[in-house]
Parts: sequence; structure tokens; C-alpha cells
Amino acid sequence: MTTNTKHETQIIVDPDVPLVRIIREFDAPVEKVFRAHTDPEIFRQWTGPNGYENEIETFDCRTGGSYRYKTSGDGWEGWFRGSFHEIRPNEVIIQTFNYEDIPDGVSLDRIEFEDLGDGRTRLTSTSLVDSFEGRDAFIASGMEVGVNEGYQRLDEILAAS
Amino acid sequence: MELYSTNRLTKVDLRHIFNHMVDNAAARDPLSDVFSALADPTRRDIVARLAVSDATVTELAQPYDVTVQAVSKHLKVLEEAGLITKTKDAQRRPVHLEAEVFDLMTKWIERYRRLAEERYRRLDAVLETMPEYEKEEGK
Repeated sequence: MTTNTKHETQIIVDPDVPLVRIIREFDAPVEKVFRAHTDPEIFRQWTGPNGYENEIETFDCRTGGSYRYKTSGDGWEGWFRGSFHEIRPNEVIIQTFNYEDIPDGVSLDRIEFEDLGDGRTRLTSTSLVDSFEGRDAFIASGMEVGVNEGYQRLDEILAAS
Repeated sequence: MELYSTNRLTKVDLRHIFNHMVDNAAARDPLSDVFSALADPTRRDIVARLAVSDATVTELAQPYDVTVQAVSKHLKVLEEAGLITKTKDAQRRPVHLEAEVFDLMTKWIERYRRLAEERYRRLDAVLETMPEYEKEEGK
């Protein structure tokens, strides 16, 4: 299912594979967009939800390296970590991503950087998990109506029909 | 990064969800049925039309170059995903969109998308402040 608003982030929730893909274009050259992902001081400034602070503990952005950072705000804090599996400058970052309180909930992320010319870049970020339940739970996490309530409502409708 | 999807994330929320994931590890996944049902353009079109008003199978089949049987098959997929119900009217059996389920899925996906958009708007702002010398450095 695809939602696409012009000049905005496009999201693809794949029906056949437990992945979420997010596509966004930037009015900046590919080198710059790539560096915003690999330089911890720059990465810290934009990742995470609005109004949250990021504190980087480790950020060894090279093939075989790893990262760990803390995100905090609104009375909450959490640690995130992962491994950098493949880094090709201005082309791709392949890494794992994990919220430490759920150690088994690891995603494999592929972040592709595409030079569109005229100083513009397309970023395609794909997160793959090992079950549809896990994928759906991530999409719905923190929603006012969470995944459990959604399943309950679906169960009710399926039972009634 | 994309899995980091909320500004109201709490440990309680995530544990709750994780427990659900474990409980349902072997169960069929209704949400995926919904995504899968909506992956087909004809079924998306049917849903869009049912969002306006209930309709019979014959009415739904009219605009398409396919048989009533083919439309019935699409409706069966939508019904099994919980997106539509056949109302009890014995004669016409009009098809009814379960807007609540459809809205819920749409809201989940839209919120997730919006959080990514917010993050990328911050990245837009950061990119504007970055110096231009990376070109030589990156190549």
C-alpha cells in the first residue's frame, strides 16, 4: 500500500515481505546527504522524533563498525544500537537497528543514496524484520490506538461477519 | 532508522507490543491480510467507491471490464481481511465498507510516514547549514 504526497516522504508497506520502505528527495548533493548519515555530530541533530535529544556513545561508521546512542525527551529515554555491515560512500549504508529493551527485535536497514543531478538526492530507506507481526507492531508503536486494539477490532469484525 | 517511529514511545508500549508479538507468533496476521488486500488496484478502487456508499456486487462490477464472478473474488479477499461486510438485506446484499478498520490501517501508515517526514524536514534544515566542501572530500 502506498501513500504519496508530492515532494513529501513516500511510504511503501510491502504486502508480501515484512518490510517498510521510505523514499524522500532532498535539495542537496548526494555527498552532503551521505555525510549527514555518517558524521555523528550531524546525525545527532536530525534523527529521532521532534523535540527529542540524541546522545551518541559510539558511532564507528565503517564496514564492520557499530553504533550506540541514547534518545531522550518527554520524560522518556531509550538506547538504540546496531552494526554497520556495509558502507559505500555516496551509495549505500547497510546496517542493523535495534531498541535495546527488545533485543530480539532487530531490523536490517538498507539506506540507498541516489544522485538525481542538479544537486538533488533521492534517499530510499528499507527496513526488513523477520515477521509481519514485528513489522506491523513497529508501524503501530506508540499509536493512540495500538496494534492490540487494532487486532481486537479486526477480530470482532471477523467474528461478526 | 525507520523503525524508530514515534514521539510517544514508552517502554510499557513496546513491551506490550512485544508480548503481543510473542503470543501471536504462530497466529495468522490480520493486519497483513489488510495490507495484502489493499495491494491490488481493483480492490483499492472498490474500497474507494464503497467509501462513498454501499453498493451491490452487480453495481460494483459495472465500471470494470471483468465478470461479476471476478469482482466477487475481489470482494471475498476484502471480506476475509475484515475490510467489508455484506449487509443483511436478503434481496440486494449490498456491500458495506468497514471504514473503522480501513481508517485504522491508513492512520497507522500515515502517522509512520509523517514521523519520517518530520525527521527528514529536520535533515533538510541541517543540510542547509552544512558547508559545501564535501564534494572534493566525498569523491
